[in-house]
Amino acid sequence: MSDKEIEVGPEERISKTQEMVYEMKVGDVMTRKVITVHPKTFMSELREILRENRISGLPVVDDGRLVGLVSLEDFIKWLADRQDDCPIEAKMTGKLETLHEDDPLVLAVGKFEKTGLGRFPVVDRDRGRLAGILTKGDVIEGLLKKLEIDYHQEEIYRHRASHIFEDIEADRTTLLFQYDVKGQDFKQAGGSSSRLKRTLKRLGVRPDVVRRVVIASYEAEMNLVVFTEGGKILARVRPSGVLLEVEDSGPGIADIQKALQPGYSTAPDWVRELGFGAGMGLNNIQNTSDRFDIQSEPGKGTLLKVAFYPKEEHGDTG
Amino acid sequence: MADAALQCGITRMTLEDVRKLLEAEVIVGSSLEQTPVEMGCGADLMSDVLAFAKTGALLLTGLTNAQVVRTGEMADIVGICFVRGKRPPEETVNLAVTSGIPLLATQLPMFESCGRLYGHGLKGCSEVCGS
Repeated sequence: MSDKEIEVGPEERISKTQEMVYEMKVGDVMTRKVITVHPKTFMSELREILRENRISGLPVVDDGRLVGLVSLEDFIKWLADRQDDCPIEAKMTGKLETLHEDDPLVLAVGKFEKTGLGRFPVVDRDRGRLAGILTKGDVIEGLLKKLEIDYHQEEIYRHRASHIFEDIEADRTTLLFQYDVKGQDFKQAGGSSSRLKRTLKRLGVRPDVVRRVVIASYEAEMNLVVFTEGGKILARVRPSGVLLEVEDSGPGIADIQKALQPGYSTAPDWVRELGFGAGMGLNNIQNTSDRFDIQSEPGKGTLLKVAFYPKEEHGDTG
Repeated sequence: MADAALQCGITRMTLEDVRKLLEAEVIVGSSLEQTPVEMGCGADLMSDVLAFAKTGALLLTGLTNAQVVRTGEMADIVGICFVRGKRPPEETVNLAVTSGIPLLATQLPMFESCGRLYGHGLKGCSEVCGS
């Protein structure tokens, strides 16, 4: 079984390239900004043009119409024959193999192979005007770019999990995530909310919603760490919004109304020194959420339920 | 610094402009000039940051514990600058590296840091619209 798998890999990749060669058009990969030369230009000027542009050949164009192709080879031949200076039109290749923009790349690849030529001018199908030039390098570069883009898109698609809502067939879909929070562990505090944030982002939840959810979740996580022996954060994610449930088993809040007053805090000093415990946590949670419910019983524990919806769908909320 | 001031007046301030204006040292972060700063927030109370800072804010703080970075992460803060010569402990630096939040440190006290940035056109959180 493993042998077979090893064989399948490379084959698939080759067929991918083959597929691309059939799908992609000459116009997708050709060079559009073409340096051209006029038929009356002298051969003696050709060397400088080729050198300056670092090319080994170029189309000869008269009034937008392609009339020939001249290459380094033609130039060397002219030099070797020690002939007098003359216009390029006398030495250029006039009978041309050309391609069209809408030709599939596979046709060009075949032509390169059959003729052994290094470049083909690409011309307008109707008027015969030069549209671009195609070299083997263009083909390779074009294929590599397409492979890279495809790979990148696949990577993004794999990383993003937002398509799960489209892929799964149901009348209602809810994804449930649970995070266990340890009490009194200040160093790890916020770690669960951080993981929740990454998860929500991958699921494609809107950034403004993500921000509100994780601010609430972080404050709630801080409360679990500071006041309890630990608890759990449950996040229910739906296409319509996110619901958070934060639950612990003690010590509970004696007076919820008081606890909801801004600035009211029972946090110890060490928590305040770290920038928390100023009696703003529950207020922050209330302000960022669209629905807020808290139930608590001293000695038993606290259950906080909050919901978040994308703004447009849910009117005006803090 | 005159250059930075001039730039800020015309274009948006970046973390690099902040670094220059506050004569700050970079503890974590690269390509500061490519990180725009929309507004400033000076606070030692993290709940206030969570409540009032908006996406794209720079946080100036005198606290250096790891929760400062966590707060920054949750509130979509683009960078944190420690004031009055405070240096963050290793765990704070490590967390900043993982969460990709740049850290700067300036010798200037909080009031002067905020004053310099505000004076050069950086807006406060209540002056900027957004989430």
